[in-house]
Amino acid sequence: MNPGTTYGFRVNRAGPLALLQDAGRFGVRHLGVTQGGPADLHAWAWANRLAGNKWGCPALEITFGGLEIQAEKDLTIAVAGADLSAKHDTRPLPLWRRIRVGKGERIVFGTPAKGLRAYLAVAGGFSAEPVLGSVACVTREHLGGFDGLGRRLAEGDRLTVAQSDGVHTEAIETPEHQRPDYSEPAVLDLLPGAQIADFSGRSLYEAFNSEWRVDDRADRMGVRLIGPPLHCRIDSMVSEGISLGAVQVPPDGQPIALLNDRQTIGGYPRLGNLTPLAAARLAQSLPGQRVRFRPTGAERALREHRAFVNQVTG
Amino acid sequence: MTHTGLPRLESAGIDGWMVRLFETIEENNLLWLAALTHDCEAAFGDSLIDLVPSYTTLLVTFDPLRISSWEARKMLSEVLAKLVPDEVGGEGELHEIATWYDPGVGPDLTRVAELSDMSVDDVIKTHSFQEYRVFALGFSPGFAFMGLLDESLTCPRLSTPRPRVPAGSVAIAGQQTAAYPVVTPGGWNLIGRTAARLFDRNRDGFSLLKVGDRVRFVSVDRHTFENEGGDTTPAEPAQEERRT
Repeated sequence: MNPGTTYGFRVNRAGPLALLQDAGRFGVRHLGVTQGGPADLHAWAWANRLAGNKWGCPALEITFGGLEIQAEKDLTIAVAGADLSAKHDTRPLPLWRRIRVGKGERIVFGTPAKGLRAYLAVAGGFSAEPVLGSVACVTREHLGGFDGLGRRLAEGDRLTVAQSDGVHTEAIETPEHQRPDYSEPAVLDLLPGAQIADFSGRSLYEAFNSEWRVDDRADRMGVRLIGPPLHCRIDSMVSEGISLGAVQVPPDGQPIALLNDRQTIGGYPRLGNLTPLAAARLAQSLPGQRVRFRPTGAERALREHRAFVNQVTG
Repeated sequence: MTHTGLPRLESAGIDGWMVRLFETIEENNLLWLAALTHDCEAAFGDSLIDLVPSYTTLLVTFDPLRISSWEARKMLSEVLAKLVPDEVGGEGELHEIATWYDPGVGPDLTRVAELSDMSVDDVIKTHSFQEYRVFALGFSPGFAFMGLLDESLTCPRLSTPRPRVPAGSVAIAGQQTAAYPVVTPGGWNLIGRTAARLFDRNRDGFSLLKVGDRVRFVSVDRHTFENEGGDTTPAEPAQEERRT
């Protein structure tokens, strides 16, 4: 354990997928190393903000629920994002706000009621040794996490927490309008680009005017969407770099939106890129839920992104 | 760069541009990509997040809190207007990768020989004869796509990928060759194995191979392979073979 860190929680039950995530792994994409980081940047940033942490502090990403952790000391935490029927001991756990957890008390995640991923931040932040500059846990690459080897949380793990250097915000809860209702169909802002000109006119109409159903094949690498098949006159491409939120269309015409753990290069034509906030919103959509694409412009998308970052860091 | 419409900048989100330099895969591309990489590092400075070179393109991602995409576009246009190929840096480092070509650790070796209508020895000679260039890294950390393979060895990917390709496996598919840095699923034809550590989190730079590097596979015997720490555990045969 590093100096200045203590055990904050013990894992009583791990659930299917709980991962440590900081902002992600950067400056290494040319080596084939993926980005990692929170699939829902919005909720992750709010959890840290409410816990009084700076941007980038490592927090837990809990997918589906099932995690039970027990405090080893008195702690200040915040949980934001999906409603995974979480409880603070036996009481319902309030989301999107700062709470105190006493030594010995348990945080118990149930099953998804709204959304898919919840973020738990602790004042001071979880602490782990960075690998390639980041603690972001990417199981496929065996990088990051508490052990550095990309392992998801397991029963019996003791989670180290850094000493809080004082709360960086007075915010104790997220404003109502900043809390998405994940049960609503998501409207995803897409910045057109890449090979969009090579799709047929009809396919472009359908891309932006159809409802797309989230497929079962959805994970931190990407989310496959089911709807009318889209046709592109390019069938094979030389592989090239893929950025977060890229919407690629393989030969079956069904788009795949690429998220944090995507492969770094790929060879399918793309419609463009979801904005970072749209990618975050998609990451909360459960299989079977409906989403739509909405074309957006670079200026507007950048303005919204900067406003969001200002709000959670300002 | 004589192709019409190139180089071209294509939107890659609020924080990225795809710089398309070429349409086709040529070794010469690497000299231009090396130059573009350096020039972008210099031009973007602290605003740069990542550069992903690949065959014909460079994906440039930057910090959208520091610069807007239109500012980045202007910088890239200026860089491209002055771009000259990097004849020195673009040469790349030469690596020799000691490889034990063997049907146990390279269970597709015999089938590749049959498909290519040559002996196993000739497959080994052909594969280890030439120098390859690294055109891209991807798929998994440190996985280098190298080419171009002699046309006589061209063979398709497996119709059913192996769920588990052992680390160090040397493989071919189409006109490309590679070595798997870690255990992953994989659909390439396995013809041998190397003990070289292709990705090492404790090494400066992490990956043994980088885009632009030159690689020669050197045929070694089992004894040498084992002495270098190679794992002789045979790899699973491909389903292609099990069916017949």
